Amino acid sequence: MSGPGWIFRRFCGHRAALAGLVLLLAVIVCALLADLVSPGRPGDIDLERSLRPPSLHHPFGTDPFGRDVLARVLHGARISLGVGLLARTISLVLGIVLGIVAGYFGGKTDSALMRLADITFAFPALLLLVAVMAVVSPGLVSLFITLGVVGWAAVARLVRAQVMAVKEREFVQAARSAGAGDAAVIVRHILPQCLSPIVVVYTLGLGMTIMAEASLSFLGLGVQPPAPSWGRMISNGIIYMRTAPWLTLFPGLVLTITVCSLNLVGDGLRDALDPKRVGHLPGRRGTS
Amino acid sequence: MVRFVIRRLLLLIPVLWGVLTVTFFLMYVVPGDPVLALAGERYDEETLREMRKELGLDKPLAVRYVEYIGRVVRLDLGRSFMTRRPVMESIRERFPRTLILAFSAMVLAVACGILIGAVAAWGRFPVLGRMLMGGTLVGVSIPVFWLGLLLIYVFAIKLSLLPPSGYGGGSFNHIVLPAVTLSFASMATVARVTRAGFLDSISGDYVRTARAKGLGEMIVLGKHVMRNALIPVITIVGTDFGSYLSGSVLTESIFGWPGLGRFIVQAILKRDFPVIQGAVLFMAVIFVLVNLVVDLSYGMIDPRVRLKGGGL
Repeated sequence: MSGPGWIFRRFCGHRAALAGLVLLLAVIVCALLADLVSPGRPGDIDLERSLRPPSLHHPFGTDPFGRDVLARVLHGARISLGVGLLARTISLVLGIVLGIVAGYFGGKTDSALMRLADITFAFPALLLLVAVMAVVSPGLVSLFITLGVVGWAAVARLVRAQVMAVKEREFVQAARSAGAGDAAVIVRHILPQCLSPIVVVYTLGLGMTIMAEASLSFLGLGVQPPAPSWGRMISNGIIYMRTAPWLTLFPGLVLTITVCSLNLVGDGLRDALDPKRVGHLPGRRGTS
Repeated sequence: MVRFVIRRLLLLIPVLWGVLTVTFFLMYVVPGDPVLALAGERYDEETLREMRKELGLDKPLAVRYVEYIGRVVRLDLGRSFMTRRPVMESIRERFPRTLILAFSAMVLAVACGILIGAVAAWGRFPVLGRMLMGGTLVGVSIPVFWLGLLLIYVFAIKLSLLPPSGYGGGSFNHIVLPAVTLSFASMATVARVTRAGFLDSISGDYVRTARAKGLGEMIVLGKHVMRNALIPVITIVGTDFGSYLSGSVLTESIFGWPGLGRFIVQAILKRDFPVIQGAVLFMAVIFVLVNLVVDLSYGMIDPRVRLKGGGL
């Protein structure tokens, strides 16, 4: 009934999800091949060609320093995807470990961890990120660590719920009475059961994390110049909005497409992995 | 119900304490000496010592922690480094503006969201419905700051219909663009949830009964389908309202809206730490309280929630 092939067929039956996957792959390929496909390097300054509108030679135009906007958008994809993947992985590892500990062992550890999650959720998502980034020294490393650590609670809650649902089932009881230790039960029997919600929460969370990174960079709290970041490019373009709207238009468009494709893929995965689901609700948490 | 309320209120205590602790340590981890950063180039030992004393930095950590909690309980959030103005006073001045914006955005999101969701679920105009649902997907994926800039570009720069930014005494013209920007994601989510809820409850037995007894389609939709479909909408609206109230950091910055969100962004740019600390604390508390109200109202509407004890 299930298995990878079946899930794949269900996913492909979902036209929107398939479109999302194609878009996402396009963004990933562009990010990987940024050096090959982009016209010139993102840091090449040439004041002679400053603020040129989009043309055949510069499809996305040039910025005030004469840097090619397309090249910067393509290289920005690396940063966005890279920060997103790293941050998400940190959240995932933290969330899985703490979620399992809370759900499997229960008791005091569980309530302590869940109160900690409540406290994390007590802050509006973006506000907590902004506050932390305001006091730590800015940079890529603190950016993805902050994004990663702040995202732990949602994953942990999900994993905990899943573990609690699974741990009383017969096959887990059977493994335990056959003499399997806690570690073996968790790794061999419980973790595989949590896999599909984890995949979904990873994909949907990736879109949110990329959006959060762009928002922080937009506020000047994320990726520092001269690294090309979409959020930063948009905020730098604001003062040229009247004369050179392409500076804000293209990075935002690519950012929207990326987040949209991740939401589509996440939705499709959720529907493919959970036969009971019909409604579509792409994940998001207030970035306002 | 009373037990449910009490349980929720008790759960609030550790959360509020945690929020206090987090905001306290946020200040503590500031790299380097905040006083040196603040005094900049021109300082003498005397001023430094005075400033340290004012900030209480000359005392041990535990004492500062207890004093901090004591101050906050008395609603004293300290003074701004830059303007020397009490942080609480600035918050009191700015919060109503954030409230106006959040409220307008929420009304817009609920009205348009439910309408869009209902039209899409109705199935009378399948093409329109699909387009609207595609639009909601873009709605949840579009970065709010970019959307705001697009709206400014189209409606303020190109068409010159509306002012690009500013508060304008809270006039209608000034609030339109920020409210639309802020409401967009909620609107899209509300539309999706409404549609899903409609489709879910339209096939319910009670709907068939209502139709069988000869009620008009409008009454069936409005009274029987709607009521059940809208329960999940409350959660979304409530949570989003909470986060808007706690300062829509990006929207307010883009539109130069002088509310709490912009207040904190300006404080960050000037590294005005007491303001950052106080404002973040205030916003988090508002957020927690709004979420509590949402939870309680949810328990009131749907008895199943309080039977479960509202387990987290």
